[in-house]
Amino acid sequence: MFDMITSHFNYWMMIALMSIGLYAMIAKNNLIKKVIGMAIFQTSVILFFISISVKGPDSTLPILEHGAAAGAIDVAHYANPLPHVLMLTAIVVGVSTLGVALAVIIRVYRRYGTLEEPEILAMINDAD
Amino acid sequence: MFLVAVMGVLLIIASADLPPWGDENSPANSYLSPQYIENSLADTGTPNMVTAVLADYRGYDTMFETAVIFCAGMAIIGILGVARRRRHEVEEDDDDGDDIDVSETLPPAIGSGVIVLTAARILLPVMQLFALYVVAHGHHSPGGGFQGGVILGASLIMIAIAGGLPMALKRMSNWRTQIMSALGLMLYAGVGVLCVVLGGEFLDYEVLSLILPDTDRVTARAHGIMLVEIGVALTVMAVMFAAYAHLASGGRLDEGV
Repeated sequence: MFDMITSHFNYWMMIALMSIGLYAMIAKNNLIKKVIGMAIFQTSVILFFISISVKGPDSTLPILEHGAAAGAIDVAHYANPLPHVLMLTAIVVGVSTLGVALAVIIRVYRRYGTLEEPEILAMINDAD
Repeated sequence: MFLVAVMGVLLIIASADLPPWGDENSPANSYLSPQYIENSLADTGTPNMVTAVLADYRGYDTMFETAVIFCAGMAIIGILGVARRRRHEVEEDDDDGDDIDVSETLPPAIGSGVIVLTAARILLPVMQLFALYVVAHGHHSPGGGFQGGVILGASLIMIAIAGGLPMALKRMSNWRTQIMSALGLMLYAGVGVLCVVLGGEFLDYEVLSLILPDTDRVTARAHGIMLVEIGVALTVMAVMFAAYAHLASGGRLDEGV
């Protein structure tokens, strides 16, 4: 049991962060807290992908060292570069989404005067 | 809360099937990535495998990622809106350097104070030089276009926080950020079109060796990666500052936080 925890530790951490983010997105009433929950959720997915790119306890950066051009390149010595690349894209998309979400929140605040979701829903329902 | 706990427990039970942490033969490490690790130096001449995969093997994806940043910047400007008539009247005295009003050279009273402004002014050229270093050394050390572009944008935001948003807007007005973000994306796509014009495929940097003097096909790939990273850095810098300027002032662009 302890072996399973230490060998799957990264997945447990990712699931914990994802649960925190999902809870914040669903259960909190303030719009800013929901957006923070979305950011935590994205961070958990990014950390998961980065954590699966590790190979063993002494795999180094995915940057080839100086003498590497000479002989054969030892694949197990370098961490996997592919998840790092995909997560660069994911981080950038996450930041863009965060920026547009904050812009929309500013407009919502100007229109309704509040950022609490029940009050905004009540105002929308009263207007019908 | 109960639903989230149930989801968490189910995911933990499902994760027992996933490969253990640090496994060398996991599916993520097995099929394509050994080819990238073994062939990237021979194909592209770039020791940094992440930059080689990002800008060369998966360059099409990075182009659309730059387009995503550009669209997000345009969306923020479009959602929050700019008072266009007022901007036009202010920008017409912006770009000529010969009549500088004396009252414009003194920093405005908003911002964080004289000490912070002096420290920011000393730090700004060092920060931008470091950002250009990060962009240029994307081949040999961790870095590249996105990282350098974010540091450049952060240097402009630092001036905006220390000296007030109008001081930063005088150097990087709304019009200028829009032009620069479009220019960065056009540089990236332009390199791709240039490769098509020279006879190769879109974003196949090898054919750039026909116009760059004294480069073989592998070095031409490294130069192509450098060009697209510069384009990415331009777009990221412009969008970072435009997003901060619009979000901090609520679209009015008169004073920051």
